[in-house]
Amino acid sequence: MKRKSTAHIFFYLILIIFALAFLLPIYLLVLTGLKPINQVDLKTMWALPQGGLYIDNFIAGYKQLAPNLNNSLLMVVPEALLSALLGSFNGYLLSKYRFRGSKLIFTLILFGMFIPYQSILIPLVKFMQFIKLYGDIPGLVLVHIVYGIPITTLIFRNYYASISTEILEAGCMDGASLMGIYRHIIFPLSGPGFAVVIIWQFTQAWNEFLFAVILTNQSHWPVTVALNNLAGSQLVQWNVLMAATLLAALPTLLVYIFLGRYFLRGLMAGALQG
Amino acid sequence: MLFVGIGQETRKWVIVFRHFKLDLPQFILALILILAGIVSIFLFSNYEAKLSGTNITSVGLLISGLVCYAGMIIIITMVRHEKLLTISLLLPSIIAIAIFVYGFIGWSVRVSMSKWKGLTPDFTFVGLDQYFRLFNNDPRFMIDIRNTAVFTVLFILFCLLIGLGLAVLLDQRLKGEAIFRSIYLAPMSISFIASGVVWGWLMNPATGNRMTGINLIFQSLGLNGLISLWHSSPQPWGMVFTVLPAVWQLSGFTMVLYLGGIRAIDDDLREAARVDGASEFDIYRYILFPMLQPVTLSAVIILGHMSLKIFDLIVALGNKDIRLDVPGIYMWTTTFDGTNYAQGAAIGVLMLASVAVLVIAYLVQNMRGETEL
Repeated sequence: MKRKSTAHIFFYLILIIFALAFLLPIYLLVLTGLKPINQVDLKTMWALPQGGLYIDNFIAGYKQLAPNLNNSLLMVVPEALLSALLGSFNGYLLSKYRFRGSKLIFTLILFGMFIPYQSILIPLVKFMQFIKLYGDIPGLVLVHIVYGIPITTLIFRNYYASISTEILEAGCMDGASLMGIYRHIIFPLSGPGFAVVIIWQFTQAWNEFLFAVILTNQSHWPVTVALNNLAGSQLVQWNVLMAATLLAALPTLLVYIFLGRYFLRGLMAGALQG
Repeated sequence: MLFVGIGQETRKWVIVFRHFKLDLPQFILALILILAGIVSIFLFSNYEAKLSGTNITSVGLLISGLVCYAGMIIIITMVRHEKLLTISLLLPSIIAIAIFVYGFIGWSVRVSMSKWKGLTPDFTFVGLDQYFRLFNNDPRFMIDIRNTAVFTVLFILFCLLIGLGLAVLLDQRLKGEAIFRSIYLAPMSISFIASGVVWGWLMNPATGNRMTGINLIFQSLGLNGLISLWHSSPQPWGMVFTVLPAVWQLSGFTMVLYLGGIRAIDDDLREAARVDGASEFDIYRYILFPMLQPVTLSAVIILGHMSLKIFDLIVALGNKDIRLDVPGIYMWTTTFDGTNYAQGAAIGVLMLASVAVLVIAYLVQNMRGETEL
């Protein structure tokens, strides 16, 4: 028994050291953000703020990023909702109505999840210019929905696989059609699936950089592009930059803190172990 | 019928095709939607639309497209043959993936075999010239390959080691397991850009009076030997440090994968081993770790495909420093800054090939191994 408890102390020690190391960057972001401007000094980067907390840096950071936070929000909300609807539809069909070749089609769709987007970037830009959706938020919404089809379909397909086919057969007996079953049986049961997919798509699109930087022009930049630009400019002080970074990371961080369970499920689905 | 909601067969105009049940009011509605969509797409693309000063052309185009799509779906749902209906409903997504993934890949391959340099497309076929040029006399691409290799190997290695280590520790049923788990996983929810910006400051290479970041912590702890130039170190060591933020973000994910794998193993198995006199260490070494191999495989696939296409993290961290260059950045600058489309496409296709090698066998195996419902 004694041996076990010393072992446990040792385990806790390692876990705590790792936890501190993992929290270090977040600690720096919050700490710097809460200091008044005159206490900001690279030499005292790790010192606690003296004489009260200030939010000047957050205000300054917000001023820098406000339009871009707004752009990101305008892009992410319709994107997450529409791609969840589409994914739910696809997942339902691919899990409950198997036909010859349906597994092949699903696998071919799934491959789209892994491709490096650099390999489709040139045609994508030309195509978006051709359909006149280049440069603005709606184009970005469309692109995220299309390249979100694989993961949303995968998550919903796995989710629906756990709904017993007996309920569906009962529905068939009552004469419900394929669409009727979806509307009256499957859709009402889809709540948790929607939560997982909406949260996943929200996080992905909010954090995405490559499409954002290539497909939008400066006035429509989402927050990741603006933040990267801010970090590269010599004009912004690092304390403001830290506060801005926290603001840019906050929405997804909050989603993780409050809805972590669903976030985790989306994560696991990506590991293909449905 | 549940679906129609009206229920009276008499009110419906029945049968056009054998498997197509025409519902006239809905059909008319669908046609109106499709027509309205097409007309407004035409209008929006030919005239600038402004709403209180802001240009809403692309919003209009997107919404018109959605309206059109809704109309098509309504018509498709009139198909009464189950298999036909399933395929028709999947068709829009299948077409989208066919164009945006496979069509565009084909298009990129074609560009990569052309001479397109400059703003006007030039599809003169030059075979594999672009690829030969990258491999034979392009020092920058050689740096990219070396950097990607360094990054991928170290990133996967550290994520697996830390992930497995933390999973084993958390498996000891300690109090506060949930808190530790949440802390380790939290960085995953942050964007690579934000992570790169913070770590850029943490790994600040300034020395002497301007010393800051982690170096400052080392200095105050008296660990002067650990003070480092981080990612500004001479190559290839600089690249080694770029792995740190990536490991920070994804070792928690690896831990969750392993923890799931460990928890899925039957407790009776461990109990039986204990009864037979195996030590805890033996149980992990000879029973659990071998059984976790499938988890390791999927972790390697997921982490590997991420690191082969690593891009935003390095952009935020390295600020296009050529020493930290990776193919993703090279493709970006050569295509959109240098307008060398053919070469950019070739780099993109090579990136795809490297990921495909990793992923395709896994996907095929996943497809075959899946049991029928």
